[in-house]
Amino acid sequence: MTERRKTDLVIVGGGPAGMAAAVKAYEDGIRDILILERDTALGGILRQCIHNGFGLHRFGEELTGPEYAYRYEKQVREYGIPFMTDTMVIDIDENRTVTAMNKENGIFLIEAGAVILAMGCRERPKGALNIAGRRPAGIYTAGTAQKFVNMKGYMPGKEVVILGSGDIGLIMARRMTLEGAKVKAVCELMPYSGGLARNIEQCLNDFDIPLMLSHTVVEIHGGNRVTGVTIAKVDENRRPIEETRQYIPCDTLLLSCGLIPENELTKSAGITLDRITNGAVVDGSRETEIPGIFACGNVLHVHDLVDYVSEEAVIAGEAAVRFIRGESVKNADIRLKTDGKIRYTVPQRITEMKDTTVYFRVSDVFRDKKVTVKAGDSVLISKKKQKLAPGEMETVKLTKEMLENAGAGELFFSLED
Amino acid sequence: MKERNLTCIVCPKGCPLKVTFGENGEITEVTGYTCKRGLVYAETECTHPKRTVTSTVVTEGGNIVSVKTSDAVPKEDMFKVMEEINRAVAPNGVKIGDVIIKDVCGSGADVVATSNE
Repeated sequence: MTERRKTDLVIVGGGPAGMAAAVKAYEDGIRDILILERDTALGGILRQCIHNGFGLHRFGEELTGPEYAYRYEKQVREYGIPFMTDTMVIDIDENRTVTAMNKENGIFLIEAGAVILAMGCRERPKGALNIAGRRPAGIYTAGTAQKFVNMKGYMPGKEVVILGSGDIGLIMARRMTLEGAKVKAVCELMPYSGGLARNIEQCLNDFDIPLMLSHTVVEIHGGNRVTGVTIAKVDENRRPIEETRQYIPCDTLLLSCGLIPENELTKSAGITLDRITNGAVVDGSRETEIPGIFACGNVLHVHDLVDYVSEEAVIAGEAAVRFIRGESVKNADIRLKTDGKIRYTVPQRITEMKDTTVYFRVSDVFRDKKVTVKAGDSVLISKKKQKLAPGEMETVKLTKEMLENAGAGELFFSLED
Repeated sequence: MKERNLTCIVCPKGCPLKVTFGENGEITEVTGYTCKRGLVYAETECTHPKRTVTSTVVTEGGNIVSVKTSDAVPKEDMFKVMEEINRAVAPNGVKIGDVIIKDVCGSGADVVATSNE
């Protein structure tokens, strides 16, 4: 018979979000916690992010990914918070029954008092990109290449073109260069980079790697192995311009074309996803539509900085403890709406009258705009911003007073001149 | 009057910096920074630019551990530092913070482990 057990708090995923949520729940007094991690160790994707630049907000110092992860792993171990690695969660239902499996226990069920979803995200694969040509060896997502180089010690190639200028692609441009590869170009479909300005500076400019904006790969060449790619400039509708086709010989194509929250389990629980974030719709405490199931980190929406992932995990961890103790407060029902220039907000709704930080992203590069929050006709917030870009997550703080005065069932987020 | 535009790499904000030089190439003004470290970065970047190098080292047992330079090293020495790192072998059971190469390339910075084996 399948083993059945009860646990106060089950956390799915042992990366930075899962560990930070577990630590917070422990510190708030919950002891019966279980972290389930499918990889062989705690730490999540940070284990392969060996570059520095993590932790400035959270710890006030610059750490590498593995060091940042270890700060939390050390706390998890010191507190004695139980975790299982090599363990895959295969289902969560609306009653918070978690089905998991591993080699030792086979399939087992856990009836959870509360669940925190912290599964992270994955890279958009080539199949989703519709590039013409053959399918030779030598095409990797940037994160896969990162795992080969940083965790296995293998170099995926010598002459590299990178499609997409997300941060992982930029980081890998530098990493491959330092290990002796020639990175010939980073092509970006959009007229702006999706990565942080500092990464363009220190990962591309430092090594004279050209960033070709409004360019894409239109064809992949090669039989058994990539021999080159054809790139082209794109027009304002992102269609390749025929006359600008250009052949670049290379043996490797890395793809850094965005991240997608990994929400199969969320869907199987019947939780509604936000069509923009691809993560669950949540309230200020990061609680999903299903009471007692929370989400935080990149499974909820893709973050630029792990520091913000940890911050969000603390919110979810704290709220899960309140839920387990029957102390959740639901005294509001406010929906957050956006004008499209602001693409999304997290949370999408507010169910408790208290100070709430709202995270959001914009749809394009905007200059000299006012981030505006309105309740009906009354303007609650109008905050000047010199520059806003899709690659940089922004925040506004709503105070308890603002929410109470607003009263309305809807808050409207927009960019105004 | 000469000017140079930089992007600060100290933190994820990536402030755009403008450095103005006088007749003898001395820095006369820095604008655009929003914290003190940005000012220091601009000055360093225009005099003797430095970078932290991160990479991996193989252990005696054939595993891989990640490493970093304990301080930023001269930018022009990055590839020399990489050569040293690629020649190094870490002892088995290496722990975060263990020094693997002392004073790499005479930079004053050590190469230290950033993960446990």
